[in-house]
Amino acid sequence: MEQEVIKDIIIKNSDDYIINMGPQHPSTHGVLRFELCLKGETVKYIIPHCGYIHRGIEKMCEKITYPQIIHLTDRFDYLSAHINNEAVCLAVESALETEVPERVKYIRTIIAELNRLASHQLWWCAFGMDLGALTTFFYGLRDREKILDIFEESWGSRLLHSVNCPGGLMNDIHPNFQKRIKEFIKYFRKIIPEYDQLLTNNVIFQQRAIGMGYMSKEVAIEYGVTGPSGRGSGFSCDIRKKQPYSAYSKADFKEILLTEGDTYARYKVRIAEMWESMNIIEQLVDNIPEGAFTAKMKPIIKLPAGEYYQRVETARGELGVYIVSDGNKSPVRIKFRTPNFSNLFVINKIASGNKIADLVAISGSLDLVIPDIDR
Amino acid sequence: MTNEQLKEKINSWVTGVEFPENKQFLEAIVPSDSLKKLANLLKNTPETNFDYLYCLSGVDYGKQIGIVYHIESTTLNHSIVLKVKTDNLENPTFDTVCGIWKGAEWFEREVFDLLGVKFNNHPDLRRLFLPEDWEGYPLRKNYKDEINIIER
Repeated sequence: MEQEVIKDIIIKNSDDYIINMGPQHPSTHGVLRFELCLKGETVKYIIPHCGYIHRGIEKMCEKITYPQIIHLTDRFDYLSAHINNEAVCLAVESALETEVPERVKYIRTIIAELNRLASHQLWWCAFGMDLGALTTFFYGLRDREKILDIFEESWGSRLLHSVNCPGGLMNDIHPNFQKRIKEFIKYFRKIIPEYDQLLTNNVIFQQRAIGMGYMSKEVAIEYGVTGPSGRGSGFSCDIRKKQPYSAYSKADFKEILLTEGDTYARYKVRIAEMWESMNIIEQLVDNIPEGAFTAKMKPIIKLPAGEYYQRVETARGELGVYIVSDGNKSPVRIKFRTPNFSNLFVINKIASGNKIADLVAISGSLDLVIPDIDR
Repeated sequence: MTNEQLKEKINSWVTGVEFPENKQFLEAIVPSDSLKKLANLLKNTPETNFDYLYCLSGVDYGKQIGIVYHIESTTLNHSIVLKVKTDNLENPTFDTVCGIWKGAEWFEREVFDLLGVKFNNHPDLRRLFLPEDWEGYPLRKNYKDEINIIER
């Protein structure tokens, strides 16, 4: 009976042309299928179908231990893998009331911001490519390599380095870590104006982005759209400011808020966040305290019976980890409130009524990572 | 509003609400038939103004099935956790809250998909991740899948 609602819409508009966009469409950035009802070239209704990459991570987590869960959390939003790890670590540490060393907090924050930078760079190059500007792809990837090289030097892997463990880090930083970060920031501060020249101030780009896919602040709150997408509509949702964790309280930074609510605003929030991330790193990188890189933990981690909720800010919005524990070494239930899940849901609201080509621009501006939706 | 004021406010609206102690947030266990009324009042009263539902999770406690709502106010900066529970494992049913917080629509679809909880008056209650012909609800504790899940 419930299915008839969607069917009703389709039957009522039986003259419409129904077309599938995806699951292998390059501009859906992964295996996501949109079912589009078209009138000419105008999209009347969008039905997203997810689940093509559903791996049942929440079910798997019920059988494994907390240190093992951390390695699965990499796999939902692979572009902010470190921040996902951090969320579980913080939840476990607060449940055990472990005080992690200051050094760990500083290093975690620096890696998280580097991760956010790398993620925004990849978004920038893919977003340009969605709109037909192929050059951006080479620019973005060229600069992202430099961040991944820093990760590789310290921990051996580039994308999913899983360096967090409950209580601290697996390894200490490489002696070159601080030097290379400072070199990178010096280099990247000169590059962002180049990005602006190439895309932000480009008239063709602006005409496709300004006023497109308007989302009001009320809609953003109602649908739970967080991260740069929500902040482009004026929804103040930055967890780093609201509930500071790790070393964010020690850095002075702005929460970027714009009120236009269109594709161009969401774009500008992300560019401005790159500057802010660099500010945060610069304030922290010279002040990393000496000391241990991990706290002393028991070999088998058992959480006291109870419920724990931890929120962090990933590159795409608010990630929540909700753990229900009965005192054993694996959780009774672990729920991940992932940002892209809510960010995708809003797409019918903001993109219907536009042309197909604009749907590509709007979904690009929401910065969707599909494994984060399906989990 | 402080937690004490919120408790008083909730007690004046609906009866039978329990407030467990020593929790991370203010927590309220609500009888399932008064959930919708309470949620509506929490959202639409200016002093409480709980306008942002940031997490909705379904939990199988073994003998009970429950839904947990994490809600906060973006203007007044207070938060609350609502819980509803049922003993009916065969056919657990709750009222939907997606008329109050639109974002709940997909969260509830996910819970229906993986835990088999039905939501009355939900506009579009279909499976979200699994195929339509999938049998059973994987996040249930009694779910058995001999092919895909290896018991250790």
